[in-house]
Amino acid sequence: MAIKVSLKTLRGPLARKVREMSGEDPNMCFQCGLCAGSCPMTGEMEIYTRKVMHMLQLGQADAVLAQRMAYLCASCHTCQVRCPRGIDIPKVVEALRLITLRAGENFLAPEAIPKDRLKEMPQAAIVAGLRKFTG
Amino acid sequence: MSTTVPVESLTSQKIPIFIMGKKYIVPDSLTIMKAMEYAGFKFIRGAGCRGGICGACGTVYRKPGDYRIHVGLACQTMVEPEMYLTQLPFYPANRASYDWAAIEATGEAVGELYPELFRCVACNACTKICPMDVEVMDYIAALKRGDLAAAMEISFNCIQCGLCASRCMGELPQYHIAQLARRLYGGKLAPETPHLEAMVKKIADGYYQEKLDELKKMSADELKKLYQEREMEPHQAEEHWTPKNDVGL
Amino acid sequence: MSIGYYPGCTLKTKARNLEDSALACLRALGIEATELPRWNCCGAVFSLADDDLIHQVAPVRDLIRARDEGHDRLTTLCSMCYNTLARANLLMRDDEEKRKTLNLFMDEETDYAGEVEVQHYLDLLRTDVGWDKLRATVKKPLEGLRIAGYYGCTLVRPREITVAPTLFNDFLAALGAEVVDFPESTVCCSSYQILSAEGAALEASAKVLRGATTHKIDALAMSCPVCEYNLGKRQADVRAKFQDVGEIPTFYFTQLLAVALGLPLEDLGLKQNEKSSEELLRARNLIAAA
Repeated sequence: MAIKVSLKTLRGPLARKVREMSGEDPNMCFQCGLCAGSCPMTGEMEIYTRKVMHMLQLGQADAVLAQRMAYLCASCHTCQVRCPRGIDIPKVVEALRLITLRAGENFLAPEAIPKDRLKEMPQAAIVAGLRKFTG
Repeated sequence: MSTTVPVESLTSQKIPIFIMGKKYIVPDSLTIMKAMEYAGFKFIRGAGCRGGICGACGTVYRKPGDYRIHVGLACQTMVEPEMYLTQLPFYPANRASYDWAAIEATGEAVGELYPELFRCVACNACTKICPMDVEVMDYIAALKRGDLAAAMEISFNCIQCGLCASRCMGELPQYHIAQLARRLYGGKLAPETPHLEAMVKKIADGYYQEKLDELKKMSADELKKLYQEREMEPHQAEEHWTPKNDVGL
Repeated sequence: MSIGYYPGCTLKTKARNLEDSALACLRALGIEATELPRWNCCGAVFSLADDDLIHQVAPVRDLIRARDEGHDRLTTLCSMCYNTLARANLLMRDDEEKRKTLNLFMDEETDYAGEVEVQHYLDLLRTDVGWDKLRATVKKPLEGLRIAGYYGCTLVRPREITVAPTLFNDFLAALGAEVVDFPESTVCCSSYQILSAEGAALEASAKVLRGATTHKIDALAMSCPVCEYNLGKRQADVRAKFQDVGEIPTFYFTQLLAVALGLPLEDLGLKQNEKSSEELLRARNLIAAA
């Protein structure tokens, strides 16, 4: 299926929103793949950061927001320190998370966390997880 | 014999206040609750003890030229000119069920029942809205780190009005969480007081049995006489006041 | 001027061993750091959105508490707290508009402009004790123990707040250990992902532990309760899934410091670690036999 690319899609509302929230321009990415190669959470991601950047560049709003990958990010910042163009990738991923969270869609329901895990986990993990996964 | 004095004849001004957006002219010598009744409102909810402790009459209001949200108990707060108010007699908040015998008095137990506890972002909106000046944010912070004793102390004056929950960014039911903490502390952590235990045993061993048996034999008239002639603590009693009659002690 | 101590929520319960050993060591080393009398959860993670200010309030409030107590430095043990507090501090220093807005919002607090310095405990050892002096103070050198410092993520990324790249190594060397550096020492353990993506999280932890196994490391020293949970408490789950991961005892760096300083057993908090940690120390005669 052909992907329609025009100035309209390239400068569409999602790209603008992501730029506003993250302060980063996905168009700076030249697809080297260092980020995806460094990512520790690729185990369950459907696609990695590199592809997401590419999709953002092509204005594929719905497709990007349908990805779970933003919620698999551990905010480890390995991609950020390695990106040769200095793109703050964790900020871009956080913007994607927040766009969905602010629309009222939680990724994780606090009541769905198994009670035995909730009991044994360090508070830092629970606080961080709820921050990243609930709005 | 009591005399009724018309409210208008007291030295008070008539001032405008806005109740749910509608203007009413009321005497400024009244509390919000009395002013609302003066204006014709009849309370079937949002009024209770009228004494500042039941938590039924939480009221939020604004003042002209001031962006702040002000709060007070309607039964305790005097009206002010141009006050712009509404009552929040109730705010929905889920209360968790638990098995008292099984639950442990730990922070983890509180977190298990209320995982939203960890959504607190320390915005302080709760503390700011509390009509009893309870430091809500601080007791939530204490519970996040498992300190039930501190949470008990800090939340002690809570009257369960629910205003904190209405403002909470993290959607926590703070006052339910605090009540759980206080119950756990009081029932499972606080040291037992020996004199209480001793008294309970005394009573169980029949200390009051004779007196109770006597009372049971009395007629209604005799009981009424006994009640009306009882010794009462004076309204302005000294701290060390004790009854002359030491029956029952 | 004085040093404030910010514990973070986890250190009062789940990571008591980190706090207890750390405070005992401060006393032994003659460093005074006072716990803030009033503090709140810092949020554990730094908010990464430019238009989000509410999540900066929590860490900034703690910095205000430190400043109000008259401290010029705030030290912390939990790496995640360190990261969040340090970055929030930089935000208040560098971003005038956000500083103004946050100060305006927190109208019940006094204004804050980044007056306090956030310093991780490991770095505090470097500046206020020094490695030579620390080495001289060690009573029980961790001789023959192949230990690697597991830096994790939040101590070293992003660059603006990183501790010195060999900080952990220098620390362990001062304790007399055989310092092992391994490539996975800065690879993420998966952090909070253990909450929702357990499979991928255990896989990430496995990468770290596999590296430790390959490099024949005796023990990992770390500074973060979430790392300790993933790599320590959940190690059994990792090993059940990945047979090429060996058993690696894990410690908080302050527990190893306490051992080296010859502090009593009750200061070590080893009961909260996995059994393998205490067993290792006994086997190497670093603590008394049971």
